[in-house]
Amino acid sequence: MNTRGYYGIFGGAFIPEILVSTFDELVEAFEKAKNDSVFWREYEEIMSTYSCRPTPLTFAENLSRHFGGARLYIKREDLNHTGAHKANNVMGQGLLVKRMKKTRVIAETGAGQHGVATATMAAKFGLRCTIYMGAVDVKRQRPNVFWMQRLGAEVVPVTEGTGLLKDAINAAFRDWITHMDDTHYVLGTACGPHPFPEMVSYFQSIIGQEARKQILEKEGKLPKGIYACVGGGSNALGIFRAFLDDPVELVGVEAGGKGLETGQHASRLASKDGSIGVAQGYKTYFLQDGDGQMRETHSVAAGLDYIGVSPILSALKEQGRIRAEAVTDQEVMDALSLTIRKEGLIPALESAHAFAQAFKEAGRLSREDIILINQSGRGDKDIFTIADAFDDPSWKVFIQEKANEYAI
Amino acid sequence: MPFDSYLKKRRAEKDILLMTHLVLGYPSWETCLQVIESMVKAGVDLMELQIPFSEPMADGPVILQANQKALEKGVTVRQCLNFAREMAGRFDIPFFMMGYYNILFKFGLDQFATALAEGNLKGAIVPDLPPEEGHEYLRVMKQQGLSPILFFSPTTPDSRMGHIASLARGFIYCLSRKGVTGADTSFSQEMAGYLVRCREATSLPLAVGFGIKDKSDVDFLKGKTDIAVIGSQTIRIVEQQGSGAVGAFIRSLR
Repeated sequence: MNTRGYYGIFGGAFIPEILVSTFDELVEAFEKAKNDSVFWREYEEIMSTYSCRPTPLTFAENLSRHFGGARLYIKREDLNHTGAHKANNVMGQGLLVKRMKKTRVIAETGAGQHGVATATMAAKFGLRCTIYMGAVDVKRQRPNVFWMQRLGAEVVPVTEGTGLLKDAINAAFRDWITHMDDTHYVLGTACGPHPFPEMVSYFQSIIGQEARKQILEKEGKLPKGIYACVGGGSNALGIFRAFLDDPVELVGVEAGGKGLETGQHASRLASKDGSIGVAQGYKTYFLQDGDGQMRETHSVAAGLDYIGVSPILSALKEQGRIRAEAVTDQEVMDALSLTIRKEGLIPALESAHAFAQAFKEAGRLSREDIILINQSGRGDKDIFTIADAFDDPSWKVFIQEKANEYAI
Repeated sequence: MPFDSYLKKRRAEKDILLMTHLVLGYPSWETCLQVIESMVKAGVDLMELQIPFSEPMADGPVILQANQKALEKGVTVRQCLNFAREMAGRFDIPFFMMGYYNILFKFGLDQFATALAEGNLKGAIVPDLPPEEGHEYLRVMKQQGLSPILFFSPTTPDSRMGHIASLARGFIYCLSRKGVTGADTSFSQEMAGYLVRCREATSLPLAVGFGIKDKSDVDFLKGKTDIAVIGSQTIRIVEQQGSGAVGAFIRSLR
């Protein structure tokens, strides 16, 4: 990486002039903190006492037996406080906000996990908080909206554009351009202008550092492959970063939606539909048309429904260091169902993408092999979507009864 | 006439010049043509024509929605360039293209600059391309004799203003305040001080934009700057009163 935040040809900071000084301040604060061992210790301390770190590695014995191939381990980021790896990033940025003496945070959120994590951090650190969320996502992730509001955050539904994550990001940038003096934008994934990709993946790298140590302690060797879902790419980079110099295959799994051939997906790296562009402040692979206008995306998982992808992942893909795959909504639901029944674990729809790809490949490997799946978040938030997908009759009766109660 | 000479000549005739903005293809190509015609008749001195983009990060609600609606109507980059070329041929004022960087990047920087030069357009305004990321853009614009319009903002330190000025041609676009387009701006002593800093940083003409809505705003800027930029307000006028009201509005600003 050079000083301007480039990874190969990807990255950079394509920002309006008004934000240049804010970014200079952020880069300086982050670099200072990163080189200050006290800061990382402070970070580890808060993550262990507030967010249940280190999260365990769970051996998925039943699934391993079911596929009859590789031994499957699951990194349990769902056990973080607020139910996802998002806590790692927001607590790190929260500590930076305190150093920069800002009093307000804003964030964008797709599935709502980043919004809940940011609102939680704001509550703990005594910061004012505004969360931008696409209007479509507000509807499909209602439980998380409820929690953000309970935590004291203002949730702003964004109706512009497609009403999805990308539009929430634009709205957050507009707010930041206006209020940068007292406000920090807690960007939720390893995308956006420099230093966000570096900063977010740095805070998330705690996942891989722990996982590497844990698997060596447990099995005495490194895994053959690691599977992680890829929306913006923060959980994937979080677990991958510690293994980049190891002979371990790194597999990033994108949202194949209704199938790559349908065009209704959010696969920027694994499909042929992604092309290099510059938007939302950085250069990477985007789903866009020939004029450079961003396309509509689709995924059953709100958190993966995004037009761009981390510039670090784009560079790693071009270097051949990671393999990009995509799985369909249907494959995700099947993988989720199997994981719930076999292991009693409920991964988030996002994380279930990693499971689905790992399940496709586990049976082809030998019993000597180990594979690692990053369960980036828990599925409780997805109960409405999952119940719909399974067409669960008793759930519908419950909702109907609840609706009747409110109508009275 | 070269752009610099044009500006000097006009500036000698008027105490402040007016630059207006419109989003191409919104609400329709016919309306765009009528609006431009009225504006030129009413004495607008230069004009920026925005190529709509799906992610206009620095724009407020009025221009954001205009971008979105233009795209919904199927407006393409090629149509925008052709229309701009036609306008530059038809009306005797300088036209600038305004657009976000991805539009230029996907079109090809060289091809974009060539299209501007061939269309007799004077330059481009690209709000999300700081000079640090724009080496190639600055090179091709220079090669074609075009003006890459760069920005000063109230948060830009003096030293950086100097650096930006050394790379700019044509004029410098001074953002009047923090924030996106279209919101209210406070025309205060603080802003006057900022404009003094801008003036000291460059000998290029200065344009001031963001939040200029009426004659009192324009009057405040007289003697402090060369060009007042009116963006969202003209779009509002067209939306609320139709293209016929634009001429009177422009005349009311002087």
